[in-house]
Amino acid sequence: MSVRVQMTVNGESHASEVEPRLLLVHYLRDVLGLTGTHVGCDTTNCGACTVHLDGDAVKSCTVLAVQADGCEVTTIEGLAHDGELHPLQDAFWADHALQCGFCTPGIIMAAAAYLERNPDPSDDEIRHALEGNLCRCTGYQNIVKAVRTAAAASRKEVAA
Amino acid sequence: MTTVERPAEERGWVGQALRRKEDPPLITGMGRFVEDVVLPRTLWMAVIRSPEAHARIVSIDASAARERPGVAAVFTGEDLADLGAPLPMIWAPPGVEMRTPEHWPLARGAVKHVGDPVAVVIGEDRYAVVDAAEDVIVEYEPLPAVVDPEAALEEGSPLVWEEFGTNVTHEWGLGSEDIEQALAEAEVVVERRIVNHRTAGVAIEPRGALADWREGELTLWSSTQIPHVTKFVLSGMLGIPEDRLRVIAPDVGGGFGSKLNVYAEEAIVAWCARRLNRPVKWIESRTENLSATTHGRDQIDYVRMGGTRDGRITALHTKIVLDCGGYQQLLTPFMGVFSACVMSGCYAIPKVRTDVIGVFTNKVATDAVRGAGRPEATHLIEVTVDQFAREIGMDPLELRRKNFIPKENFPAEVATGLVYDSGDYHGTLDKCLEHVGLEQFRGEQEELRKKGVYRGVGFSTYMEMCGLAPSRIVGPKGVGLQAGFWESATVRVHPSGSVTVLTGTSPHGQGHETSFSQIAADLLGVSYDDVEVIHGDTNAGPHGMDTYGSRALAVGGEAVARAATKVADKAKRIAAHLLEAAPGDIEIRDGRYQVRGSPEAGMPLSDICAAAYVPEDIPVDIEPGLEETSFFDPENFVWPFGAHACVVEVDVETGEVDVVRWVAVDDCGPAINPTLIEGQVHGGVVHAIGQALYEQIVYDSDGQLTTGTLVDYALPTAAEVPDIETDRTETPSPVNQLGVKGVGEAGTIAATPAIVNAVIDALSPLGVTFINMPLTPMRVLEAIDEARGRGTGPRATEQAREVGEHGEGAAGSGPAQPDEGGAP
Repeated sequence: MSVRVQMTVNGESHASEVEPRLLLVHYLRDVLGLTGTHVGCDTTNCGACTVHLDGDAVKSCTVLAVQADGCEVTTIEGLAHDGELHPLQDAFWADHALQCGFCTPGIIMAAAAYLERNPDPSDDEIRHALEGNLCRCTGYQNIVKAVRTAAAASRKEVAA
Repeated sequence: MTTVERPAEERGWVGQALRRKEDPPLITGMGRFVEDVVLPRTLWMAVIRSPEAHARIVSIDASAARERPGVAAVFTGEDLADLGAPLPMIWAPPGVEMRTPEHWPLARGAVKHVGDPVAVVIGEDRYAVVDAAEDVIVEYEPLPAVVDPEAALEEGSPLVWEEFGTNVTHEWGLGSEDIEQALAEAEVVVERRIVNHRTAGVAIEPRGALADWREGELTLWSSTQIPHVTKFVLSGMLGIPEDRLRVIAPDVGGGFGSKLNVYAEEAIVAWCARRLNRPVKWIESRTENLSATTHGRDQIDYVRMGGTRDGRITALHTKIVLDCGGYQQLLTPFMGVFSACVMSGCYAIPKVRTDVIGVFTNKVATDAVRGAGRPEATHLIEVTVDQFAREIGMDPLELRRKNFIPKENFPAEVATGLVYDSGDYHGTLDKCLEHVGLEQFRGEQEELRKKGVYRGVGFSTYMEMCGLAPSRIVGPKGVGLQAGFWESATVRVHPSGSVTVLTGTSPHGQGHETSFSQIAADLLGVSYDDVEVIHGDTNAGPHGMDTYGSRALAVGGEAVARAATKVADKAKRIAAHLLEAAPGDIEIRDGRYQVRGSPEAGMPLSDICAAAYVPEDIPVDIEPGLEETSFFDPENFVWPFGAHACVVEVDVETGEVDVVRWVAVDDCGPAINPTLIEGQVHGGVVHAIGQALYEQIVYDSDGQLTTGTLVDYALPTAAEVPDIETDRTETPSPVNQLGVKGVGEAGTIAATPAIVNAVIDALSPLGVTFINMPLTPMRVLEAIDEARGRGTGPRATEQAREVGEHGEGAAGSGPAQPDEGGAP
């Protein structure tokens, strides 16, 4: 049995026939070939699969593709615009906020959604906002720093 | 020698905190991890694993699974009977009886732990193979299991491997033969039973492998730290000549030692791809990762430290009970060797000995996890040094200083027979204390205690043995690893002047592309942006020995430096010819090869390589081209060191431990890229905080894994850990021309004892004098209860067993006694 789903991913409309049980993360990866969204656990702990669903950060390993029917999805591949890195992408690079880079797309997507809600967070707020994302390489310190850097850059952009 | 700043004229690309070359694809979703590699007609593989800790396989009925649509095949251990060899363990120390069971990728007749692979289902779809696996009926006859390594040593214990007649894998020792006499002569002996519990590496990318068989050639993509070693091993197992076997480690999402192995699934996908003549892919689930990827640590360390009442440590003996698990993976028993090799710590202890007894249990094999044996040694040394100080009433830092190997004594041979290359242990401790502000802390601590707030400070002064190489020391005739441990590099200058560096190392987050580019750029006189580093592909560049043991820079980076130096020397000869000067007069300055004293006579490397590749006018004794290879095998390990301090706050009502401050002063020699060093320290310390406070692999008494997901196996999140305050000193190593050491494992090696010492310091007013990791709220509360003399719970009983029964030294105090030492 398969079900028709239609969603807009990174600004492009996609329609597919999928198994009802197909996870959104596997739809993005295996059907659309957007492999920047990763899977690091089976239990929604690690957050490597975080994407935006109608603007909210969700863990796409715990969303069925059919639940995203009619929705707007943004993945890490859709974050940069016109060849310009998103402020978070640039800050992660500048502040050495990644090492192996496997958790990075999910953390950037989680942080991006968070900064939309809280554009000027404290370090402590950033740390708690990222509780749903695990990183084994960085000890989180430079991730927190990069989110702070990106928040400042974004505020400057808005003010300008 | 503590110089971090270099004079301006010596500054090149090396030493700069450059942005990493690795990052642009990784931050835009363009990385290529093994699951991202897609080949036409790929089949998926699901692994059927044992739910039993120990059992005989009575039968496997795969008929229903085979009939499901989309299933291509089901294979069991019997099907893989044509493998040429089992999975390897490569430690064969001279003169030691080693019990190594045959470890086949799919179990043959019996299973030894929960998660042991029994069969595989191959099919068209990743979900369908999991469905089909449910239809494979495996009948098991359960056998008695043994989980506790000390129970496994008792007479009458169930045997993991009946054929050996014992659960002892091996017994091995290193160091002073006359240790008992030294301990008997000591004025004070402190004994402790220190448990270094089982943990998991938990790279955020689980393992995975994709095999492709085409026209007699096999390509394997694997999330591995060791593509070159894997190629060699699989060649023997599968009977495929090495020249037709290519292993690629694409982007690898972390390793931490857990991918420093040749695993069953890599051999199985390769075998299946050849058998089915189609690509086969397997991606590990996290539950598989926690039940079938090697674990780490899991030592019980019986420590006896002897010395004088005025603070000279004279003898240290450790008996290590090493829980090897059900099999011997690549380096399983070697973890005890790593511990033994660093057992002298930073100290000039006249007599040091370690005796290891390895034990089979019905659990996953242990092997490397970030630090691999060295964190266990540092932990027991640094905790026991504090315990010894308490026993003799001396400040633990004074005791450390009194026993440090003085910097003028390097290179320093220690009682283990190993020679430390360089060090300044007072220097890192001094710098650490500058940051900590100990006196001020003690004042605050006193004030807070009056308010019922318990804060403590703990220290760890560590050294580590890194740069896993000297083949003469670790190889077959040394301590017995059956391999050489050099590293290779090729530096290729292209005809247009850009540079490719091919390294035999294989990174998984460390930043080799960045740091190796910095090294090559300086030595060749080119821009950092003009260097590209290729790694992790056995068909690119010379044979290599991969990345682990903090070896990449000190061995692999040095190979890059040596190959680049060879290229530069050849370029200088060509430049000298073209400039009509003597080769010895050519120097590289500001990106030009120029005549010393006549900077107007010079040319960039691109002009020289034009001449090298269109050799109309080069000396007749110089071959065309501009490419050189170096294989580097150092004379010694490198021995980084440092001093870490942390401040913890313990909630004595809930038992929760909060790390509120961390100061890390590390010395890994001159920095190639200081930002990368900081990143390694941050990650390593947080990994150690995880072990000390949260992470523990737990099997119940029947051998069932109760921590099979990240719900139960608790990694620290951003909210649990502090910022790490880092600083460095730079003491060059004489072992390589770069003077570098290594820093990838420093954090996990240094950090756990600082936390334990800090918690004991925090709780000392309550009478707590000793505690074992992990410092979970329950364990902390029970230690408090125990100290207050009202310990009644089950954990309190175990705590007493851990410290009490074995805690009474010849002249030592019972560790559960109230603090009598008065310090600090």
